[in-house]
Amino acid sequence: MSAHDHGHDHDHGSGSHGTMGSYMIGFGLSVLLTAIPFWLVMNQTFANPQVTAFVIMGFAMVQIIVHMIYFLHMNTRSEGGWSMMALLFTLVLVVITLSGSMWVMYHLNNNMMPHMEHDMSQMP
Amino acid sequence: MATRSAIDPAFLDNDGNPLFHLGEDPHHPEGSSTALGFWIYLMSDCLIFACLFAIYAVLGGNYAAGPGPRDLFDLNLVALNTAMLLFSSITYGFAMLAMEKDKVGATQAWLAITGLFGLAFLSIELYEFAHLIHEGATPQRSGFLSAFFALVGTHGLHVTFGIIWLVTLMVQVGQKGLIAANQRRLMCLSMFWHFLDVIWIGVFTFVYLMGMLR
Amino acid sequence: MSPHPASENSGIWKLIFGRLDWSSLPLHEPIVVGTFVMVALGGAVVLGLITKYRLWGMLWRDWFTTVDHKRIGIMYMVLGLIMFLRGFADAIMMRLQQAMAFNGSEGYLNSHHYDQIFTAHGVIMIFFVAMPMITGIMNYIVPLQIGARDVSFPFLNNFSFWMTTAGAIIVMMSLFVGEFARTGWLAYPPLSGIAYSPGVGVDYYIWGLQIAGIGTLLSGVNLIATIVKMRAPGMTMMKLPIFTWTSLCANILIVAAFPVLTAVLALLSLDRYVGTAFFTNDMGGNPMMYVNLIWIWGHPEVYILILPLFGVFSEVTSTFSSKRLFGYSSMVYATIVIALLSYLVWLHHFFTMGSGASVNSFFGITTMVISIPTGAKLFNWLFTMYRGRIRYELPMMWTVAFMLTFTVGGMTGVLLAVPPADFVLHNSLFLIAHFHNVIIGGVLFGLFAAINYWWPKAFGFRLETTWGKRSFWLWVVGFWVAFMPLYVLGLMGVTRRMRVFDDPSLQIWFQIAALGAVMIAGGIACMLIQFAVSIKNRDQLRDTTGDPWDGRTLEWATSSPPPDYNFAFTPVIHDGDAWADMKKRGYERPLTGYAPIHMPSNTGTGIIIAGLSVAFSVGMIWYMWWLAGLSFVAILAVAIGHTFNYKRDFTIPKDVVERTEGERSALLATQG
Repeated sequence: MSAHDHGHDHDHGSGSHGTMGSYMIGFGLSVLLTAIPFWLVMNQTFANPQVTAFVIMGFAMVQIIVHMIYFLHMNTRSEGGWSMMALLFTLVLVVITLSGSMWVMYHLNNNMMPHMEHDMSQMP
Repeated sequence: MATRSAIDPAFLDNDGNPLFHLGEDPHHPEGSSTALGFWIYLMSDCLIFACLFAIYAVLGGNYAAGPGPRDLFDLNLVALNTAMLLFSSITYGFAMLAMEKDKVGATQAWLAITGLFGLAFLSIELYEFAHLIHEGATPQRSGFLSAFFALVGTHGLHVTFGIIWLVTLMVQVGQKGLIAANQRRLMCLSMFWHFLDVIWIGVFTFVYLMGMLR
Repeated sequence: MSPHPASENSGIWKLIFGRLDWSSLPLHEPIVVGTFVMVALGGAVVLGLITKYRLWGMLWRDWFTTVDHKRIGIMYMVLGLIMFLRGFADAIMMRLQQAMAFNGSEGYLNSHHYDQIFTAHGVIMIFFVAMPMITGIMNYIVPLQIGARDVSFPFLNNFSFWMTTAGAIIVMMSLFVGEFARTGWLAYPPLSGIAYSPGVGVDYYIWGLQIAGIGTLLSGVNLIATIVKMRAPGMTMMKLPIFTWTSLCANILIVAAFPVLTAVLALLSLDRYVGTAFFTNDMGGNPMMYVNLIWIWGHPEVYILILPLFGVFSEVTSTFSSKRLFGYSSMVYATIVIALLSYLVWLHHFFTMGSGASVNSFFGITTMVISIPTGAKLFNWLFTMYRGRIRYELPMMWTVAFMLTFTVGGMTGVLLAVPPADFVLHNSLFLIAHFHNVIIGGVLFGLFAAINYWWPKAFGFRLETTWGKRSFWLWVVGFWVAFMPLYVLGLMGVTRRMRVFDDPSLQIWFQIAALGAVMIAGGIACMLIQFAVSIKNRDQLRDTTGDPWDGRTLEWATSSPPPDYNFAFTPVIHDGDAWADMKKRGYERPLTGYAPIHMPSNTGTGIIIAGLSVAFSVGMIWYMWWLAGLSFVAILAVAIGHTFNYKRDFTIPKDVVERTEGERSALLATQG
């Protein structure tokens, strides 16, 4: 709410907002990149669910990049490169938080609750 | 570092002496920090979602002998929901394009359509939640369901605030027109809205699609 | 207190007051009642005096609603100081209890009260003393150092301050209404879950931190944007004053770490309020995930605290050695490396939880690696002093005390980073001694250095040195006397948070530690006297130059205290030590050509939303749902209403600027 304060201005915001063409390309790509993973899972195209998992994860990553470029207009120049730097730094932290938590918690569960290792789904 | 750095020729006066102030104020125009500031806020929000994803990753398999994703999720509904959010993204894009051309009416119209898609998204999500709770799959039922409701619910709350913000901005555009301050606010909401879309990509992939693969 | 008689707590009463009733007031605790009477009397006197001298209007206009980064910075410092007195009162009560409770004696604190005290001490010292004080210093100094008129988002700055204050008020309320958490400062579940902490204590903890956390996060965003966008022309990143650099890194850490705290506390409150299963023992919850997540915030947090003070020490060392800082760029890179590494060490806080050898060794090694850039910094300071003309003014004295104290604390930290050693020392008093060694020796000594260094800039007169030196020696000696015994006790296996002891041979160590705490109390008293004496003698201590220490960075280029607009002309920078460079090149202060200056206007929205947040939190803590709901709607309404105000700035006319600068010229002329 409060982050967008400030009233007056003499300049026109910052950076580009894209064009009709770029928005349509982005939209087309994201429809494709959404539809394919849904189709892969709903039709069980690959016999091995792990293969499907990796493929849809790949699609998700590509789609996130598409959104970043075509909808959020990310590039290395806006704000003197600071927004790109902030994004990359955040991505590193997201990876650390996610993978670190999973790594740590996997070992904790393994060591501290060995009897329920593979059976957490059934533990009340 | 330790050496005296050479002076930038832009900051010398006519006699070649260094300037210590500019006659004219360089004037950091107000609002020139807004885009960056808001982006940094979004990054912090992104880390909140990272935590919720981490919780889901760790607790997502703890069904406590209750229902799992396969028993609960309806991919058709999720696909419909995803479509709503995607449409709202492109319509917000159209609103921004109309704003750049200074067309107040078109901007307002596209904003309204965006808001309706957002509402549709929320309604479908609430329907899904109500359905789950009705089946006994409440947030209290298991670690998996707690994590699921927290992650998807937080995204939904963000969309709710986005809609409140959007309505506020429509009123303000109606009052003041597309003045620079309003343009800046629309741009911030645009970042917010597309950011929620990016989060949703993570949600439908990791929660719904991968859940069906388990 | 937790269980209420059902009769009193039913029907309409419950609807209005939730779980609040007369038994919630700690009337049976004489210590708390005594404290309340004293606070009430003191508060009444202060309020009476303000009313008598008709200061309310001035306070509201010039302070509460201000968006001036300098005034907000001072308010942060006042908040930190008040909370420091509360936090220290907790500390000395603990020391006394532990020194007494031997040979069958129960001491003077019951367990219910004692457990609240150690929790409150940790929470207050970290969140409401250290955080406000570093934010206050950054707020005051950073815009001046980069030659800016204010921060990027002045209203947000005011709002952040009031949210922090609101959090402090919520925590302080728990002293007199209900209870505070009895869980330790990080409130680990399952102890902090509803099953084992059914009272309001943990809820006070959660809402106090959530509200203050919003303020901290927003002020982090604000200062990053300020440093990135508002620098004076010519000030490239590698010409940024080192304090501003360390502030930048600390604020990046704030923005990157505090969301984690927000998320994890929100999940804990869901567990408590609606019965979800995140951190429970049953239904597929996992309490260890809480510990994991909260330390992902917690470890960066300690670097948030220390990094700005590293910057202070750098500025002080360089100024009082009359030399350029040794190894500026290595200092910058060391700061960045520390900031990044601080995200890769969190598990060293729970080596003993059982994640096994592979995980423990990774985090042990990353922890040890952090000591390398930190060591590099220490050598940079030593080399800055080497062959400098060192002036042992108070800020420099605190800096030297820091180097000696912090190094010991750092080395015991490396010791604790070795997982097998940590298995012996985990949760022992050795750990307590270690982190007080780095937090008091680093953060507090740094804050004292900063206060003594920048006080003349903020108020226009220097701090008096006699009482300052008394305070210094009592503090430094008191610290060593208070905490060295804890290292010994920790090595002997005494764990933290104990209320009574069986082994009489330990008592002497606790008595020595209590003596140290009393000495520190003397140090605090001397510091308060130092402030009072300095204010009384301010005419003799007056700083007319704006540059009392022969400073090197831009904040010393303007008057003391600086005018509202900081600089009549935006300065141009040619060198990292901009002001030293200007003095060297024969800079002449411009006397003509002033122009009107654009400034943001004051607003009461910040304090109003913060007040509503307190009401919201009270509603949530006591289950007064109507109050929570109403306040939440009101917060939204006020926030949205605020966005309808487009006229948020005003212009200081040219003649006002001329008059202000003319007064400074006259002042400069007096000292000939």
